[in-house]
Amino acid sequence: MTAAVANALEARRLPRWAPAATAVAAAALAYVVFALGGVLGGGPVLTVVGAVVFFLAGLALASGIVEGSRAARNRIATALIYSAFTLALLPLVSVVFTLVSKGTARLDAEFFGHSMRNIGPQDNSGGAYHAIIGTLEQVAIATLITVPLGTGGAIYIVEYGRGRLALAIRFFVDVMTGIPSIVAGLFILAFWVLIVSPHLSPDGLPFYSGFAASLALSVLMLPTITRSSEEMLRLVPVALREGAYALGIAKWKTIMRIVLPTALPGIVTGVMLAVARAAGETAPVLLVAGGGAGINFSPFHGLQNSLSIFIYDQAGSASKYAPARAWTAALTLVALVLTLTIAAKLLSRRNKLR
Amino acid sequence: MAKRIEASGISAYYGAFKAIEDINMVIEPKSVTALIGPSGCGKSTFLRSINRMHEVLPGARVEGKLTLDSQDLYGRDVDVTAVRRLIGMVFQRPNPFPTMSIYDNVVSGLRLNGVRRKSMLDTACEKALRSANLWNEVHTRLSRPGAGLSGGQQQRLCIARAIAVEPQVVLMDEPCSALDPISTLAIEDLISELKNQYTIVIVTHNMQQAARVSDRTAFFSIDKTGDPGRLIEYDETNKIFTNPSVKRTEDYITGRFG
Repeated sequence: MTAAVANALEARRLPRWAPAATAVAAAALAYVVFALGGVLGGGPVLTVVGAVVFFLAGLALASGIVEGSRAARNRIATALIYSAFTLALLPLVSVVFTLVSKGTARLDAEFFGHSMRNIGPQDNSGGAYHAIIGTLEQVAIATLITVPLGTGGAIYIVEYGRGRLALAIRFFVDVMTGIPSIVAGLFILAFWVLIVSPHLSPDGLPFYSGFAASLALSVLMLPTITRSSEEMLRLVPVALREGAYALGIAKWKTIMRIVLPTALPGIVTGVMLAVARAAGETAPVLLVAGGGAGINFSPFHGLQNSLSIFIYDQAGSASKYAPARAWTAALTLVALVLTLTIAAKLLSRRNKLR
Repeated sequence: MAKRIEASGISAYYGAFKAIEDINMVIEPKSVTALIGPSGCGKSTFLRSINRMHEVLPGARVEGKLTLDSQDLYGRDVDVTAVRRLIGMVFQRPNPFPTMSIYDNVVSGLRLNGVRRKSMLDTACEKALRSANLWNEVHTRLSRPGAGLSGGQQQRLCIARAIAVEPQVVLMDEPCSALDPISTLAIEDLISELKNQYTIVIVTHNMQQAARVSDRTAFFSIDKTGDPGRLIEYDETNKIFTNPSVKRTEDYITGRFG
């Protein structure tokens, strides 16, 4: 027996630089065949796809010859998983890149300090101050409405609901999750703006308001929050509830002090997903809050703008200065949602013990 | 502190399934009573009906009469949380509350039942942890999470949590089955100390454990799967393990059955 096969568990392996070398070779081959040679019409996309295919084939061939077929399959599977991951990441990276590269042009104090009042098509100034106020107020009110209702509903379904009523509620929550946002907007327009609001105004006429937008966003957020909270509450082990009951702790106190804190990080994640979705909604807000160019601090009366309406307006505007404002507003919206999510995560983790 | 439990004609159901039938036994105060028997014989179900934990599951109910020093535990106006405060429970798997520190875990029963005074909670915490033989191991890190302890320490934490509310009875549902021999020994020593103050009922699959820690032993069994569990024999532990009067008990103890 030779020294090379002294250990039966050792097998021949490709050198560590082999995958990288294969990748370079595949890229070069693809460049020659598709980009220079123009096979199948050529073009950059085909070159990249060809490079990936050559890489997979080359790696399979090399590994199959040197390491055997099992190792070759393993290498192919690994390479495919990494490719899928890269492919999934591409749109995200591209969105962030586009937002940052195009959104920084108007990222100035003017943008965050001024509204669009008296800004004409020829003006390079103007900002989204009024829209930021609108988004913050509308989303905050919608969150205040939906978080207690949503978690309360989830607690009912998980802890108290038995039989058909709970099943029916679950079913309708599922149905509500699929409601198109424009339908929610129309519902609030018909119900709140046209029927209820005339009774609230001194002149008896219907009026737009940011609050109506909050209601429309609530219709959209409520089922999301209920469903995600429900799933999170179900994940809390029964053993914890029993442990609390066995100490003579009442059921509602067990829920408030044991079950909810245990499920809190997950519930917060669900809430933030709903908030992110609501912050990006355009159609329902446009229907019931109306937009408007001026600053309106009151969510309860009068036209109010939001970042998503602002983006919609600016993107469709004829002014040559509008696209830059739209991009900056988009960047602001994403940054806002990101900041809120990070803040919520930190807050819910603060209680966690170390 | 300790009180006597009397069960007469106790049957328990899961929906339509009858899990135990007509259990009659008297559990003496300041002693350890072990419940043994094959899997599915209803010993845990009986244990859980003592502090009304059985009915927590949907569709589960209990029939018969159960008294704690002649107070009816299943009376119409009985508050179940009051029953559970008198009769504490330790589960098979340690279940410390994951969001709470060691200190908060121990005092959770008191705090969530309205005790606010810090000095009272501190005293109760130290007393319970000392009784559970855990104080020396954890007193320097009471603010650390309870879930960070080892399995045996977690189980002693759960025992400390159960006795911090000063119950009359402590029920233990296979408290050592998830633990290694050293932790098991620690818990068994603890049980022998606790019986000076509490009435203890322990369900165990380990017959050596029953023989080591208990004063009296009850043997439960079923005729076949699907039948309700019955109490076959209940006597002094010594008698059960050396000279049982029922053949089935002897078969089980000597390993010929079950």
